[in-house]
Amino acid sequence: MDQTVINILNGLSSGLLLFMLSSGLTLIFSMMGVLNFAHAGFYMLGAYVGYATSRIVGFWPALAVAPLVVGFLGAVFERACLRRVHRYGNVAELLVTFGLSYLILEVVQVIWGRAPVAFDPPALLAQPAFTLVQSAAAGLSIVFGRADAATCAHAVCSMFPATRAFMMLVALLMLLALWLLLKHTRVGLVIQAALTHPEMAEALGHNVPRVFMLVFGAGCALAGLAGVIGGTTFVTEPAMAGAVGSILFVVVVVGGTGSLVGAFVGSLLIGLLQTVPLTVDKSLVDAASAVGWTVSPDSVAYPLMKLTLAQVAPILPYLLLVLVLIVRPRGLFGTRDD
Amino acid sequence: MTDASFHFRPINIGRWVVWGGYALVLLVAPSIFSSSLSQTLLSQMGIAIIACLAYNILLGQGGMLSFGHAVYSGLGGFLAIHALNKVGDGSLHLPVSLVPMVGGLAGLFFAALFGFVTTRKSGTTFAMITLGIGELVYSMSLMLPEFFGGEGGVTSNRVVPPATLGITFGPQIQVYYLIALYCFVCTGLMFAFTRTPLGRMLNAVRDNPERVAFIGYDTQRVRWFAFMISGLFAGVAGGLAAINFELATAEVVGAQRSGAYLLFTFLGGSTAFFGPIIGGVLMVLATVVLSELTKAWLLYLGLAFMLMVMYAPAGVAGLVLANLRLAAFGKLKPLLSGYLALLVAGAIAFTGASAMVEMLYHLQLNEALGPVMKFGGVSLDAKGAPAWIGAALLFVVGAVAFEVARRRFRVQWDAAQHDIERELKRREAA
Repeated sequence: MDQTVINILNGLSSGLLLFMLSSGLTLIFSMMGVLNFAHAGFYMLGAYVGYATSRIVGFWPALAVAPLVVGFLGAVFERACLRRVHRYGNVAELLVTFGLSYLILEVVQVIWGRAPVAFDPPALLAQPAFTLVQSAAAGLSIVFGRADAATCAHAVCSMFPATRAFMMLVALLMLLALWLLLKHTRVGLVIQAALTHPEMAEALGHNVPRVFMLVFGAGCALAGLAGVIGGTTFVTEPAMAGAVGSILFVVVVVGGTGSLVGAFVGSLLIGLLQTVPLTVDKSLVDAASAVGWTVSPDSVAYPLMKLTLAQVAPILPYLLLVLVLIVRPRGLFGTRDD
Repeated sequence: MTDASFHFRPINIGRWVVWGGYALVLLVAPSIFSSSLSQTLLSQMGIAIIACLAYNILLGQGGMLSFGHAVYSGLGGFLAIHALNKVGDGSLHLPVSLVPMVGGLAGLFFAALFGFVTTRKSGTTFAMITLGIGELVYSMSLMLPEFFGGEGGVTSNRVVPPATLGITFGPQIQVYYLIALYCFVCTGLMFAFTRTPLGRMLNAVRDNPERVAFIGYDTQRVRWFAFMISGLFAGVAGGLAAINFELATAEVVGAQRSGAYLLFTFLGGSTAFFGPIIGGVLMVLATVVLSELTKAWLLYLGLAFMLMVMYAPAGVAGLVLANLRLAAFGKLKPLLSGYLALLVAGAIAFTGASAMVEMLYHLQLNEALGPVMKFGGVSLDAKGAPAWIGAALLFVVGAVAFEVARRRFRVQWDAAQHDIERELKRREAA
């Protein structure tokens, strides 16, 4: 029971991290029609810039500086490259970001090397946020921070790391801020107007290309913020972009392209799907024997059936993608069926 | 463009010359480049050409940007290598020369299966879904070592006695000619495909899907059929690769390979039919030769790709065609001096930039070898200021000169294009 709670929380926190990425991707996509292939690259850049700045000024300032730096780089890229290929259409825009993803990877490897760097969370986040204590005598209880050794000596203690709790907190704050910005400020109104009626917004005197540049920069900054937090929670290494990149697209398609709500639900769904099955060490063979069938190594498709759920966990998001496309091609919250 | 009326020409001399020349190049290439390294390279080029042409059915002719096309060449390769093993132990009676067809059928099958899902969407969503399918298959390949051979992959032996007509496929040159034959036939078939009604509908679906739907065609189905044909040829390329390397690892279905197809098809030029042929040659040169020469090759490749997308979206083939058009109107000669200036300035800037990049990579990767490194015959001290200042100076001078040359060239180029447009209008009126 206690371990299940921790697993679900882990899944939710991974999902919220994915949302920090997919929200920026969705914002950029629904606004400019550009699928930013280098989004995961900006995420990685955020982690590395955060690592570099945190060694100089400490973690907390770095948490603010790194997204700004990444956002600035994103805006520069939009201004210098993306705007230039805009007239060639969506495919060219996608291709130029595809080229950028190669470039970011190489530049990161040149500056920070090919091995993982030690990007540790600050002391405040390096401890458990809370500990679930499951003891035979007292039942289930929660201890904030680390439970003392005496308690854990005759009870099962499951800890939930503070970095993950912080990740959830930041993602939720970001969701709130984004919602307030888009729905309740003048800037948000202009963005929404430029989103649906770019010509009319331009005719009313708003500089739509600049709005695009700022939105692209903001989307990249969100990815950078996610990078700083993801970098401390997981490993900061050159492979981190590739690990999250393709999952990100699954989130966006499953949620429905261009829908922020879809991105939110899709992120949580994929986050849970990626983490929870990892703890289930059962296969189809076990399922078959539970209902009374016997499966031996000679049976048809035995190599497939002997795979445990934990082993197939990495492909579950992609299977979900295929399933969603067959049942509901527009995605869970998509509105356009193109 | 050709004019709309149809001219009956039973013998198209231009076409005979082009295809004859292509066959001749394939035929004599190994005699000109006869070292064993170049034979290996040529074999790989033949395979890459088929793969890139197959990819371009999607990208260039169908406007479908696939990030997972290695799935079809790769699965074709795996099926082919299992077939080759079965031929080897005598349980399957099939000449080795037909094993690539097994790969092709596998590619067709999987393209029909996965394509049914992926082609439900077009545009950017299609791109995302193909990426997802690619990841799915790649992850599966690591999960099922029984079929995919795990980390080491599946090995085979292409020499299966008895030899037919003395051909054992032992020596590389025999494999090369098998690949060259497949390459020629596949190129011809894929060109023929562009002339079929389906090929034309595919162009229409790329350009204006809404209108095609109004006429009464099912755009999804057109995309799906094209996807299957592309998968078939990709599978043939995979099967040939299986025979050539006698090995198939999980890498052949991976995202890296899919990315390479996209990158080099685009670099070669996706708007012209022959573009991917250039792309395939570039692919082998870059992944085999350039990666040997420099550790920074992916950086150069990414930069070249981005510049190409921004400034020459029709790829190398587009550049060739634009200059052929100039030559046809007699406008090329005045531009030659401009080209020369661009070339020299660009070379200077590139030398400076690449010297700096190489020093950076050297400092990071070859720390143990000391700071002195070779760069194009010159010894550079990567930790000393003179080398850096020299390289930076070279780069700045080259870049400034390039920009000046580019502005002048731009004026000349625009004037020439303007003249051509006017000439075309005049001819139309006449």
